[in-house]
Amino acid sequence: MGKLRINQNLVNDEIAKKLIKICPFGSIEYINGTLDINAGCKMCKLCVKKGPKGVIEFIEEEIVKVDKNAYKGITVYVDHVEGEIHPVTYELIGKAKELAAKVNYPVYCIFLGYQILDKAEELLHYGIDEVFIYDYKELEHFRIEPYVSAFEDFINKIKPSVILVGATTVGRSLAPRVAARFRTGLTADCTVLDIKENTDLIQIRPAFGGNIMAKIITPNSRPQLATVRYKIMTAPQRNEKPGGKITVRSMDVNKFKSNIDVIKVTKKEPEENISEAEIIVVAGRAIKTQKDMSLAYELAHVLEGNFAGTRPMVEAGWIDPKRQIGLSGRTVKPKLIITLGISGAVQFTAGMKSADHIFAINKDPKAAIFNIAHYGIVGDIYEVVPKLIENIKKIKGLTGELPKYAAPTSRN
Amino acid sequence: MEIIVCIKQVPGTSKVQVDPVTGVLIRDGIDTKMNPYDLFALETALKLRERHGGHVKVISMGPPQAVDVIKEAFMMGADDGMLVSDRKFAGADVLATSYTLSQGIKKMGDFDIIITGKQTTDGDTAQVGPEIAEYLEIPHIANVLRILKITGKDITVEMDMPNTIEIAKVKFPCLISVEKDIFQPRLPSFKKKMETKNKEVKVLCLNDMEDKNEKRYGLSGSPTQVEKIFPPDENTDKEIWEGNGEELADKITEKLKELKFI
Repeated sequence: MGKLRINQNLVNDEIAKKLIKICPFGSIEYINGTLDINAGCKMCKLCVKKGPKGVIEFIEEEIVKVDKNAYKGITVYVDHVEGEIHPVTYELIGKAKELAAKVNYPVYCIFLGYQILDKAEELLHYGIDEVFIYDYKELEHFRIEPYVSAFEDFINKIKPSVILVGATTVGRSLAPRVAARFRTGLTADCTVLDIKENTDLIQIRPAFGGNIMAKIITPNSRPQLATVRYKIMTAPQRNEKPGGKITVRSMDVNKFKSNIDVIKVTKKEPEENISEAEIIVVAGRAIKTQKDMSLAYELAHVLEGNFAGTRPMVEAGWIDPKRQIGLSGRTVKPKLIITLGISGAVQFTAGMKSADHIFAINKDPKAAIFNIAHYGIVGDIYEVVPKLIENIKKIKGLTGELPKYAAPTSRN
Repeated sequence: MEIIVCIKQVPGTSKVQVDPVTGVLIRDGIDTKMNPYDLFALETALKLRERHGGHVKVISMGPPQAVDVIKEAFMMGADDGMLVSDRKFAGADVLATSYTLSQGIKKMGDFDIIITGKQTTDGDTAQVGPEIAEYLEIPHIANVLRILKITGKDITVEMDMPNTIEIAKVKFPCLISVEKDIFQPRLPSFKKKMETKNKEVKVLCLNDMEDKNEKRYGLSGSPTQVEKIFPPDENTDKEIWEGNGEELADKITEKLKELKFI
């Protein structure tokens, strides 16, 4: 809330040079003796903090304060498709309970769908205070307009302070629309959540497309929305005895008008899902050719695990996008993960660093992956992995040819 | 049909670090490129134009040099392009970015469909598309795998849901975000590059917008604030092994045995 002001009378060539160097986004320009900031500015304010004093100032602006006491409670959106609750929901309930305890808030769930009453009862085994249900035929399939309308009704009536949404296909579509309708903040793919005494949600996520984490708050808007990916938080134990209550809410069905018609829903063939795998071998950029993907594939095979890849592997078309680990792929929490020739950008590690045992093999001793690995192996995958596969084969008494790696076929 | 595609210029590399002592961002070079996911959105638009006629217009938000990304879209075949760029847009979060783009789109004339990529590679949030749709009060469908049918008033698409594939029909105007691989993106053409060398890119600033209220743009229009940036945690409980390939393989084997993975 504010802007940068440049005091041109303090600017000279030397100072301009200094400031241009400080700006990490290359947004400071010095043309004909006038210093200017262009639209590339990210308002990191480093020019104010680290630059020559007083040259660039940050001017705070008057803002209308939101009444934070008017909002109460932490709400979890019950993520489901056709009534089947996604496990990320329970993980978010676990986190919501932890946050709620700190500021003495209730924990709510909002459940939108059709004929879902019996499904909602299961939620009562996880220590929440109240489930709000909107049970309408119009909500049978996920269609954006009716879902946002029901969510809007809920927020207007209940006024929750925090709303947590799973970063699933549905959540990624729904949360931003709800946030925009209420002109409020939304932070995607949070890896850490906490709450301040003043009820501001602390949201931590990788930022700026680099090896950087950002701590983000929503200081003057309510509700505060955050999405969290599956396998980031931990689900609480299921209680034998249910607690809390279910409230069925009704609303004006005219608000369910939609321009979307769901014509057909086909169940997908159950497919191998790396999110559930206990052992994963991940191929990274050090793999030189598509054929060499067999290194990862064979190692995964002898370990009876799954194999996966990083974004460059997917972009090269060497591996199916469903096997991508990282912020733009999947999050995994296996017992064992072995990374082959992966440098360890935060976009990748955010998707796997909560694995129980991380083995990283990389030639470069300075690779960032070694910061998070439990066992950092400084070596060439082309030398280490074939020998490792041999060793394991010997121990397990595996003989004969291993199955060959087949690259994904494009749909085109 | 009138098609608008949202595109973004992103850093060419992800080699951005933060100095743990000073907290200063260190960025290696200023290499930029079109967000790779946007190529699929643009290709989808060009394919639709081939089959159904009409125009493909691209819009982007960014610093003045983001004009390059629009020129790249021209080289692939876009008819028209607009950049919204103003220092007053600086520090925009998802909400302010979406609002700014929706204001820009309102200046591009009537449209049937807006197409976006799945997400960007620098923000990775995948939230701007749905928020633009909200501001324009149009329906949106994300995770579009295939386009099945188009009539004069609607589009039927196949979308990827966690356990299902759904076919849905959505009326125009609407917004869709397409999955990678919906179509294979074409390469920029040298011929088009020559043809469009002097083609104008409209650049809009705050004063060109319908809503000129500064408080809705940039940092002022952003409900979320970055309080702090810091390097990711390090694992303190770690071992580093060095040696030749054979020694290392043996060491890993032993450890995997000890942990009962073999």
